[in-house]
Amino acid sequence: MYQYDTLDKEMLADRSAEFRGQVARRLSGELTEDQFKPLRLMNGLYLQLHAYMLRVAIPYGSLNPAQLRKLAWIGRTYDKGYGHFTTRTNLQFHWIKLADTPDILDHLASVDMHAIQTSGNCIRNTTTDPYAGATAEEVDDPRVWAEAIRQWSTFHPEFSFLPRKFKIAITAAPKDRTAARVHDIGLVLKRARDGALGFEVIVGGGMGRTPYVGPTIKEFLPVNRLLSYLEAILRVYNRHGRRDNIYKARIKILVAALGKDEFAKQVEAEWAKIDRDAGEGGADLPDTELARIRGAFATATFETLPAVSEAFETAKASTPAFARFVRNNVKPHKKPGYGIVEISLKGIGDTPGDATSEQMETVADLAERYGQNDIRVTHEQNLVLPHVRLDDIPSVWAGLAEAGIATANINLVSDIIACPGLDYCALANARAIPIAQHIAEKFRDPDRAEKVGELKIKISGCINACGHHHVGHIGILGVDKKGEEFYQLTLGGSGAEDASLGSILGPALPYDRVAGAVDTLVDVYLREREDGERFLDTFRRTGVAPFKEAVYADAH
Amino acid sequence: MPTLIELKDGVCRPAEDPFTHVADDEDLPPGDVIVSLTRFQQEGDRLLSEGRRVGVRLKSDEEVEALAYDLPRLAVVAFDFPKYRDGRSYTNARLVRERYGFKAEVRAVGDVLREQAGFMARVGFDAFEPADDASANEWQAAIRRYRHVYQRAADGRAPAFVEREA
Ligand code: HEM
Ligand code: SF4
Repeated sequence: MYQYDTLDKEMLADRSAEFRGQVARRLSGELTEDQFKPLRLMNGLYLQLHAYMLRVAIPYGSLNPAQLRKLAWIGRTYDKGYGHFTTRTNLQFHWIKLADTPDILDHLASVDMHAIQTSGNCIRNTTTDPYAGATAEEVDDPRVWAEAIRQWSTFHPEFSFLPRKFKIAITAAPKDRTAARVHDIGLVLKRARDGALGFEVIVGGGMGRTPYVGPTIKEFLPVNRLLSYLEAILRVYNRHGRRDNIYKARIKILVAALGKDEFAKQVEAEWAKIDRDAGEGGADLPDTELARIRGAFATATFETLPAVSEAFETAKASTPAFARFVRNNVKPHKKPGYGIVEISLKGIGDTPGDATSEQMETVADLAERYGQNDIRVTHEQNLVLPHVRLDDIPSVWAGLAEAGIATANINLVSDIIACPGLDYCALANARAIPIAQHIAEKFRDPDRAEKVGELKIKISGCINACGHHHVGHIGILGVDKKGEEFYQLTLGGSGAEDASLGSILGPALPYDRVAGAVDTLVDVYLREREDGERFLDTFRRTGVAPFKEAVYADAH
Repeated sequence: MPTLIELKDGVCRPAEDPFTHVADDEDLPPGDVIVSLTRFQQEGDRLLSEGRRVGVRLKSDEEVEALAYDLPRLAVVAFDFPKYRDGRSYTNARLVRERYGFKAEVRAVGDVLREQAGFMARVGFDAFEPADDASANEWQAAIRRYRHVYQRAADGRAPAFVEREA
């Protein structure tokens, strides 16, 4: 994993000192809340329904055990003993006191963590494949480029006051676990026939009230030209993105207004000029720096192991619950004798994405003992131990089970993304978390859930789409009907490599009918499905009709 | 009239402002003036022929490309921040330095706050009309806050990846 050097650490120390000064000025009354707001927002500190929320950055979702323990400790010391992992692979504390925030930032800095650029109209935390460095599918390690972008985008003097926030995702595997096509910029790392690495560059995807699957504006950008090309995109956006209406300010609106060809043309023209401006030094990272970053990610060491582990096979045969965990939560590793272990933060009846301080400590211990000190956060709000020997997976599972986080439901119907909704969010029309809990309850029987297979349900409490409902196989959107909570269902969305936006099922449903409707949709799928089809595949084949008929027939 | 802060060789000092900002509908006073792009396009030649120094103030939705051929004649280019959140002037400033090689004063006007001073200095501003009554010392502290920077910009500071090679 990348280790912060003295320079990186001094950047964080300087930031922390700056924020301490700003909070002192606020607490003394020198700054009003209005003047303080932009300053705290630069540090991920939001004021919410009940308290301050602090959003801690987890660059490309990568944590070491010391960091996770520190988050656990902060949760216990300054919050209510837990934290919430977000769809940008960050962590939020929802019950923070303003006066504590400078100390919290110092504690974070002591383990190379911070809250920089977790809010504001700047380049946010870049996300990547949680299986990076572990999956055989990838053409190269995407974290190298995520780290290059982290540094380039941190306190970028030209791009810290963009028209709107800006989110980048990088994947290097054909199976996209980052939702690259619904980001402001999605980067897909590819290898050309001659072996050269390059990015497919996708621009102008997004969710919110005008969702788009982003178009590709460059098929193959040589990897070492990444930063100058990003600079060209950001510059065109900074100059021409709309600033008159925050709902039209994202880059997706600019790309759609210009058309992707015209947008691409403007980027190419700017890119050529950037090259000329830069002269000798070039506008990109020198190869030496890329090599330094690359070296930092090449530190995982793997033993030569047999592909089959006896301990692992024995445990599967003797313990059905372990076998179920393996079927759903353990994914193939690029090295024989290893596995990727996903840890679900979607226990039945729990709040999706929440982890208690004890649970975080358990994961930190297991990563240290069995997982090469490496922990990842997924954009679907789960955790991953990317490098575990198959021999050790039974012990990891036992440890997780003891902490109550061995739920064997990755990618299943109860592995739901839900935004905070009306329980925490001032903008909400409707609750989201209890809907997720009701649905999970319906599929409490793990045999049934497994029989249903991959099914991604995503819930947002309003049209801002924090819960990604547009790209849910089943999307659920809270709407307000004369002061009552109603829910609009959409079917057929996907945030993966086959990205698409869901289409509306029919009239919105009242709160107490949503979980039942999902149950009905699943029954229709089970009835209609053909060999090997996921819910999404069946829906794409049959269209909405049978689903609609069943849900609204029920309605009478 | 706000005080002017000048940044030279890494040091911020309060300065007398020899220039007068002149609105489009105002009569021209004698002496050095800063006018809008529109007014400069109409009256620039005459103003310059009168022997005074002339600066141009660009709004955030005007692009520095519009001044390209006039830059050698200008003593100041001022970029406006109608709100601190409007970041377009950062691009204009960087381009006027990096692309057009403009060496004279680049001034920040409008909603110019010390919290943004560091960013402004990095993209090439060297004169500031603070809107928050910040002193030159406070400005200096804001600009020096970070010991390192991660990316190349118009201020010539060595980014982290260059420092690391040293
Ligand atoms: C609790 C208070 C929250 C508020 C007030 C809030 C507010 C918003 C708003 C206004 C937008 C729309 C932005 C736009 O269209 O540009 C948005 C988008 C979003 N938020 Fe939140 N949010 C909250 C919590 C969260 C949480 C907890 C998460 C993660 C689990 C989250 C993830 C997102 C995502 C992924 C988007 C979509 C961005 C896109 O369009 O690409 N938000 N949020
Ligand atoms: S989708 Fe709406 S309700 Fe949910 S967190 Fe975002 S703004 Fe709040």
